Amino acid sequence: ISHVLLCNVTQRVSFWFVVTDPSRNHTLPAVEVQSAIRMNRNRINNAFFLNDQTLEFLRIPSTLAPPTDPSVPIWIIIFGVIFCIVLVATMLLIFSGIRQHRRKNKGPSEMEDSEDKCENVITIENGIPCDPLDMKGGHINDAFVTEDERLTPL
Amino acid sequence: MEKTRPLWATPLQFVFACISYAVGLGNVWRFPYLCQMYGGGSFLVPYIIMLVVEGMPLLYLELAVGQRMRQGSIGAWRTVSPYLSGVGVASVVVSFFLCMYYNVVNAWAFWYLFHSFQDPLPWSVCPLNGNRTGYIEECEKASSTQYFWYRKTLNISPSIQESGAVQWEPALCLILAWLVVYLCILRGTESTGKVVYFTALLPYCVLIIYLVRGLTLHGATNGLAYMFTPKMEQLANPKAWINAATQIFFSLGLGFGSLIAFASYNEPSNNCQKHAIIVSIINSSTSIFASIVTFSIYGFKATFNYESCLNKVILLLTNSFDLEDGFLTANNLEQVKDYLASAYPSKYSEVFPQIKNCSLETELETAVQGTGLAFIVYTEAIKNMEVSQLWSVLYFFMLLLLGIGSMLGNTAAILTPLTDSKVISSYLPKEAISGLVCLANCAIGMLFTMEAGSYWFDIFNDYAATLSLLLIVLAEAVAVCYLYGLSRFESDLKAMTGRALNWYWKAMWGGVSPLLIISLFIFYLSDYITTGTLRYQAWDAAQGQLVTKDYPPHALAVIGLLVAASTMCIPLGALGTLITRRLKQGDTAPVA
Repeated sequence: ISHVLLCNVTQRVSFWFVVTDPSRNHTLPAVEVQSAIRMNRNRINNAFFLNDQTLEFLRIPSTLAPPTDPSVPIWIIIFGVIFCIVLVATMLLIFSGIRQHRRKNKGPSEMEDSEDKCENVITIENGIPCDPLDMKGGHINDAFVTEDERLTPL
Repeated sequence: MEKTRPLWATPLQFVFACISYAVGLGNVWRFPYLCQMYGGGSFLVPYIIMLVVEGMPLLYLELAVGQRMRQGSIGAWRTVSPYLSGVGVASVVVSFFLCMYYNVVNAWAFWYLFHSFQDPLPWSVCPLNGNRTGYIEECEKASSTQYFWYRKTLNISPSIQESGAVQWEPALCLILAWLVVYLCILRGTESTGKVVYFTALLPYCVLIIYLVRGLTLHGATNGLAYMFTPKMEQLANPKAWINAATQIFFSLGLGFGSLIAFASYNEPSNNCQKHAIIVSIINSSTSIFASIVTFSIYGFKATFNYESCLNKVILLLTNSFDLEDGFLTANNLEQVKDYLASAYPSKYSEVFPQIKNCSLETELETAVQGTGLAFIVYTEAIKNMEVSQLWSVLYFFMLLLLGIGSMLGNTAAILTPLTDSKVISSYLPKEAISGLVCLANCAIGMLFTMEAGSYWFDIFNDYAATLSLLLIVLAEAVAVCYLYGLSRFESDLKAMTGRALNWYWKAMWGGVSPLLIISLFIFYLSDYITTGTLRYQAWDAAQGQLVTKDYPPHALAVIGLLVAASTMCIPLGALGTLITRRLKQGDTAPVA
């Protein structure tokens, strides 16, 4: 500290300074001081509890700290998560739809088989007519009015 | 046994579907701009008048037609009159164009949403240049939010001729956006009916949260006062009325066939008159609500920029004249400037060119609409709020909900006629049809992820739907009133819903609304003709701002094709039916 001389002190906290070399008794050239300050900017800032915005060295451009770059960009991680969720949900819906289709297609053919069996049972057993009603398991009779027209319009 | 038509599980699902379709991005990014440009509070007068005279009647008409005909747009108009099948086809073509470019906005919203999970937000700081002495030049000249939008998101080229390559990041987001849309429409009304609960209600939750946040921001009252002070002289400006009519027209999404598609899944006894009034009122109130939120955020941003500007001037003067820290404040700035000008004239004149004139009005007057508002202005405001990641995530989530809600309607307009047609639905199940439509749109949408993609987006946004829709809705209104017969339609509605048709609707459908549409159409045509060459805004990286350029011939050709492709369907459809009928008559005549 004894080798730092102040001059031109103003009302704001601003000052010029030169650094003297004690061994050779002359001031160090500005370029050397500038490069030293550039390398140790952080230490000097912290000594004053200031930062690059509040402590300015004229004619010394501050080296800015680069933003931290994670190895995998964060957005890709989130994109991957959401993409997989949506893909899985879509696949589930598609496959359940295909299964429903297959069940519907199998349904009528199964009905036909049981109808044949019913026919055989009737002919063999000399059957009572109520048997087919039980076996067929409820068909909608198209001769009757469908749900839509149940309410007669006013 | 004939397959029954799928129905909405409850009428509430239908109302929500219409709301989530009508309340879209236009309410958030177009209405506040119009309000600002055409007189603030006084713009509400033409807006509400147009809502009652044009919006409600036409909306009711479309819903009634859909509910009565119980088919998608092509089938419905063919039932009204066989010569009108072209109207339905035109609706489908316009919806197809809309689907192509609209989902790109959802892709951009996804991109911003994924980037909102970082600290600090990537658009709040400029990246550093090579030797780390400063920021990248383009970012310095523009702002960090503009840089992030134009360079990192779009990687925009200097002009529309230089297409560049497909950017893989927006392309991935576009694929995801189409996957999400496919997931929602996969099962038809069954799945759409459940999704619309979210897409209709959640945006309101976010808007309310933002309203509370926005009103409590510092400087919000400046924005609100600026917006709502009515400038009565704008009422005399015909452009205000025309823009009010246009905004109502496009905001409700008339003419695309989506409303007909949604209404076709209704029970025939549904009270669509009540629903039409409810949907149109909710749509307009949402616009006004969203503009309150937007203007409080504008006010915050303008005040923030104004105060930063003042601080920069204060710092400059403090440094140049070695004044005490804290001596200069915003209040005494002018007096101190005068004092300095008189006390140190030479030094003051040196510093003077660098002193910017900070004005709150100029900050507030920067009126922006469209993608610029959503992705540049809003993000700039958000980065200055506390806990900006949360607000950013909420905001882009809301944009996504609004966008996907509208996409559900757009895709329904295309898919309902396709699934109604017996030819196609006998070969393919509806999941496959939806999948093919989504795949085709996604592939064509890759065009908008190229470097010049944003310019093509603007072309589609401005020209694909505007003129054609006016023609389509005009044809619809004229067809129902004069071709099908207003009295016949009235008795149909009475038989269907059990309520008589009010004289007001008859007067609007028959006279006022078609006249309004014709005058809008004439205005647009004359506007296109008088402006001569069409121009667009291109981003100049060297200057860091937008410059105006002329469209090259091939872009003009595409614009012409877009308009022609949909409008020509109407006369061509009529002509086609005429020819087939003549041929049939020619065949059968000799037999008799």
